[in-house]
Amino acid sequence: MGAPGEFNLAALARYGNDFLAEVEERVEEGEWVKMCMQCGVCAGSCPFGPDWEHSPQKIFMMIRAGKRDEVLASDSMWMCTSCYNCVVRCPRKLPITQIMHGLAAYAHRLGLAPKMQPTRRWSLLFWDNCTKTGRVNELKLTLGLYFMDGIVAGFKQAWTLRNIGLGMLLAKRLNPFELIRGHECKDKAGIHRMLKKAAEIEARKRGFAKP
Amino acid sequence: MTHAVATNQTILVVGGGVSGMTAALEAAECGRQVLLVEKTPTLGGRTALLYRYFPKLCHPTCGLEINLRRVKASRNLRVLTQAEVTRITGARGDYSVALKLAPRYVNENCTACGACGAAVEATIDDPYNYNLSKMKAAYLPHAMAFPQRYVLDPSIIGTPDGEKAKAACRYGAIDLGMKVESLEIRVGAVIWATGWRPYDAAKIQPYGYDRYPNVITSLEFERLADPHGPTGGRILRPSDGREAKDIAFIQCAGSRDENHLRHCSRICCMASLKQTQYVREAYGEAGKSTVYYIDIRAIDRFEDFYSKVLADQTVRFVKSKPARIAEDAGTRDPVIHGVDTEGYHRYATRHDLVVLAVGMEPSVNGADVPHEIVADSSGFIESAASGGFFAAGCASNALDVNRSVQSATASALRAIQIVRKADRVEA
Ligand SMILES: Cc1cc2nc3c(=O)[nH]c(=O)nc-3n(C[C@H](O)[C@H](O)[C@H](O)COP(=O)(O)OP(=O)(O)OC[C@H]3O[C@@H](n4cnc5c(N)ncnc54)[C@H](O)[C@@H]3O)c2cc1C
Ligand code: SF4
Ligand code: SF4
Repeated sequence: MGAPGEFNLAALARYGNDFLAEVEERVEEGEWVKMCMQCGVCAGSCPFGPDWEHSPQKIFMMIRAGKRDEVLASDSMWMCTSCYNCVVRCPRKLPITQIMHGLAAYAHRLGLAPKMQPTRRWSLLFWDNCTKTGRVNELKLTLGLYFMDGIVAGFKQAWTLRNIGLGMLLAKRLNPFELIRGHECKDKAGIHRMLKKAAEIEARKRGFAKP
Repeated sequence: MTHAVATNQTILVVGGGVSGMTAALEAAECGRQVLLVEKTPTLGGRTALLYRYFPKLCHPTCGLEINLRRVKASRNLRVLTQAEVTRITGARGDYSVALKLAPRYVNENCTACGACGAAVEATIDDPYNYNLSKMKAAYLPHAMAFPQRYVLDPSIIGTPDGEKAKAACRYGAIDLGMKVESLEIRVGAVIWATGWRPYDAAKIQPYGYDRYPNVITSLEFERLADPHGPTGGRILRPSDGREAKDIAFIQCAGSRDENHLRHCSRICCMASLKQTQYVREAYGEAGKSTVYYIDIRAIDRFEDFYSKVLADQTVRFVKSKPARIAEDAGTRDPVIHGVDTEGYHRYATRHDLVVLAVGMEPSVNGADVPHEIVADSSGFIESAASGGFFAAGCASNALDVNRSVQSATASALRAIQIVRKADRVEA
């Protein structure tokens, strides 16, 4: 991926202030945004609705109103838990959940997503963890999550949950040696080639800078 | 009645609502032979079950009465009730039609004196009040029913109640031995006017029509407001019989929704605007109506009506399609949850009663018509390959009464053109 700032500027130059066109081309399922009729059902159906600033309904209107900076810097898309309540109720059948994740990924790619947003940090942790060896190393992932906010916070968290950890150890659900040399998938190089290819295809389709 | 002879110069009209009656009368009054076939025991269709008509707020009885007088006066029109079409074959100018006639168990001698109804004890759901009340199993469908003749429900045939009805009749009008009959006829053209049915509100899961007694449909509301209805015209809550004064109307309940009906039902905005005026009529300034809407579609000249309702202080408009309805466990008050589009405010608003402005779907969905037809994605009939088969009124689209009548008149004209051609060929 090119430097986020550069890529952001290039996108801006191409679309002027037509943010809807930018979303349609570059965001997963973005071509659906224009179909929203602003009925409000998704906003009222989201179980987390009261806790975020911009409901899907509002995000879609902001996109159409060209509010690029506010949308891409919003932390609302990151709050989506993929419950799909909005998707099953939307009278226009917009894939709202997918659009939310698409917007989040796009904002991250441009370097505009809120840096400290916990879901964003967790997603990165997860992605790095699972793409490294082709499979998730749960122990490293869990510890990564514990220590996300620093050494002290990490030890505290580990101490609080020590009994669960011990239980899992006894039930053979947790192998401490995974920390040293974790399982890998059989064809690690193959997985990496596949991911690289997928990134290339995505870049070609959406006009992103070459990965 | 079963020896209704028809020829290929006859026009068959299926469905005796306002559309079918209009089409049949227009053609008959032009001198054509017309056979009008209605499935239920009475003409009138759904409009007979409305309290008032928009836009003028007159009572449906008025228009119905004029039409019924025309029916009685017309020598070219024959009416078959409790009759259904089971098959139509042939092509324009020459169709062969199979009919099935259900027994009424009451013959022409009936004077509608009501003695059988008084004698019978069994009761059945009253479909003319959308099952909000019960009626005797020997009944006159409603005050404006045509023909004015009682009907025995098949459930009492062979029971002591059936015998009681027969014994009570002083005119020898009850014939318990009537059977289902079949009939084959020839006609030149067919007008299909089977109308609409309300979308099943229980399918709109988040609104809880099947769970909350104080969530009702717009059709049920018409019956509550009607003095001939189950509550004598008082707007009472189903849960506790208390007067409902704070009433919410939810638009597009099932319409404009890919999960339900794709089309705009076109009349429900006007129906709700009209119904806010029932609330005002009942309570004056003390009544309160709230209309939840995506956008109000009061088409062409109905805009005037909308403007009047907008100016009414007792009516509030909230631009929002509610996400869901909950129920207050203690009071059984429905609570509407959603977010409005003008400001994105989250609300949870309590009301006494919620009326769902349910959508219209074709009463006989395209696939069920016993003839090869072309229907749109909602099942409304567009045309038929055979060339002499026309849809009228709500069988062709979601229409108000005025537009149904226009569509019926147009189809009468088309049918007349067909049978006139048949005329010339024979001559
Ligand atoms: C809540 C509500 C309020 C409304 N208020 C108004 C209003 O105020 N003003 C207005 O202009 N419009 C109003 N409408 C619209 C109005 O009801 C329709 O325009 C009207 O009923 C259309 O008449 P129709 O004859 O096409 O259909 P219908 O009234 O449905 O009549 C169809 C007839 O065909 C019969 N039938 C059905 N299937 C068969 C079959 N297989 N064989 C034989 N017969 C059959 C039925 O029994 C019925 O008698 C309202 C609608 C709703 C939902
Ligand atoms: S439910 Fe669908 S149509 Fe309604 S506001 Fe949300 S995205 Fe738009
Ligand atoms: S007429 Fe109004 S309530 Fe009915 S479907 Fe159309 S917009 Fe919705």
